[in-house]
Amino acid sequence: MIYFWAFVVGGLICALMQFVALRFPRLTPGHLLVGLTVTGAVVNGFGLYDRLVEFAGAGALLPVSGFGASITRGVIEETRRLGWEGLLTGTLELVGLGIAAGVLFATVAALVTAPRS
Amino acid sequence: MDRDQTAIEGARDYARLVQQFAPKPNVARLVGRAFLVGGSICLAGQFVFDFFRQRQPTEVEAIALTLATMISVGVLLTALGVYDDLGELGGMGAAVPITGFANTMAAAAIDFRREGLVLGMASKMFIIAGPVIVYGIVAGILTGLAASLLRLVSGGG
Amino acid sequence: MTGKRLGQFTVQFSRPPRIVGAFTLMGPREGEGPLGKYFDAIVDDYMWGEYQPEKAERKYLEHAARRALGRAGLTEDDVDYFVAGDLMNQIVSSTFSARSLGIPHIGVFAACATSTLGLGLAAMLVDGGFARRVLVATASHYQSVERQYRYPIELNVQHKPTNQWTATGGAAAVVAAEGDGPRISQATFGRVMDWGVKDVNHMGAAMAPAATDTLLRHFQDTNTTPADYDLILTGDLARYGSKLFRELADRVGVTLGAKHMDAGASMYSPEQPSGAGASGAVCSAAVVYGYVLKEMARGRFNKVLALATGCLHNALTSQQGDSCPGVCHAVVIENG
Repeated sequence: MIYFWAFVVGGLICALMQFVALRFPRLTPGHLLVGLTVTGAVVNGFGLYDRLVEFAGAGALLPVSGFGASITRGVIEETRRLGWEGLLTGTLELVGLGIAAGVLFATVAALVTAPRS
Repeated sequence: MDRDQTAIEGARDYARLVQQFAPKPNVARLVGRAFLVGGSICLAGQFVFDFFRQRQPTEVEAIALTLATMISVGVLLTALGVYDDLGELGGMGAAVPITGFANTMAAAAIDFRREGLVLGMASKMFIIAGPVIVYGIVAGILTGLAASLLRLVSGGG
Repeated sequence: MTGKRLGQFTVQFSRPPRIVGAFTLMGPREGEGPLGKYFDAIVDDYMWGEYQPEKAERKYLEHAARRALGRAGLTEDDVDYFVAGDLMNQIVSSTFSARSLGIPHIGVFAACATSTLGLGLAAMLVDGGFARRVLVATASHYQSVERQYRYPIELNVQHKPTNQWTATGGAAAVVAAEGDGPRISQATFGRVMDWGVKDVNHMGAAMAPAATDTLLRHFQDTNTTPADYDLILTGDLARYGSKLFRELADRVGVTLGAKHMDAGASMYSPEQPSGAGASGAVCSAAVVYGYVLKEMARGRFNKVLALATGCLHNALTSQQGDSCPGVCHAVVIENG
């Protein structure tokens, strides 16, 4: 069942962003992705996005809104644990993995490939 | 004869004229493709997660491995020269998932490597993905701060 | 010096200089397009063995320049000026080519209108007695332009139908006081026109007003109409820019009809996905120095009005909220 929702929720988030892109052609993909990330971050202020992840799995986690939501989750968890410094240390708790993996793999890819058309 | 640039009729309503002669995108088709491409990537991610969940003691580890896998898939498809075609086809469906994030980093790294490993590749790796990280962090901190303050004020823990 | 100016914008050459040699050297995609057979050489790897596209672009420009000299039976010493420009910051493809050619370099920038600006300027230098022969050249490369103006190559981008594909190649021509070849009889350099198009994905719309302005001024100054020409060629308006251009021309009483052809719209076939069509400094140059000159030699065209257009933004201006100004430079090339 979660497969269905992963597909549908992930698809709907992308479809919505595509619609917004067409409706507001002045907005670049960069603008749109920032908007989606921030939305995910804000929505997770009280754990609402975490619930979407429970429900739709990868369909909520993989989109960049999940990235923003994970930042908020990290901040909230670390603030509860440490206090105010958690506001800063918590940001990359959960997404640090994604950033580190991206850096590592992108570096490897750049070293290994020759650019083509 | 005058040198007035608006001597050619229509300077004022040119924006409207451009709109009139602009191709009308097939919204349904583009949105549909974004849905299918984005949904498929997420579905693939769900399969990957289940694969790891069966083998890992905790869900957190499975999630971590899933994300790392999807990122490497994004990088691989970029290196193979395929992800840009996926982007042409799926638009937001390819840009929104974390594979798209990986693509921005790999594409920048691969392209700018031409100017050297430090000044080229490394300094420009986040050129596209940077704003997502910047505003994600800013929004996350502000949201976390607001949530914590609200919790304090309402006396909850 | 009297009598060289015609009306307000046009110059008429008293002893029209001739295009005595030309060479077009294009990438594989361009070679496979409908005009492929008109190009003198096709490079089968569009990076031409280079690691950086900027270096490949430079190579295209320099080789086209040298081969054009060869076609005219000349060496670098026979030429007085090298008028060249391209799309790179600081026109480095041209300046670095000039470095090896050793001909006094007049660098120009008109984006995709470099081809006709170069011809017109060369004709002025020769007809004015300031030069015996002038070498004109330009080049562009898909990847170098993407990197400078837009995005990394492998980035997932969904292009809009109005986006254009930068043509890859180099094109050069030699303009001389004497020799065999069609003559450049008039030139109309254009004013920069900006009608507020901010969308860099729609360069055709940004350039159409400039094309119409130059066209209109040329007709007014020379007292001609489309009927007087066998071909009216615009550069790089592509599919949607051409529609706007024709509409604007209509509004000022100029009906172009079947005589109008756009270089950008003709470079690629429908099977080669390229958005609205081709762009790039070499696009109009290859069509003028390749297709047009060859068809004129065959006698299919005897009098051609070539109007190349350029979009004058840079990578920063659009981020700073500026619109894209356009410019259009025209030359008349005729047999006889």
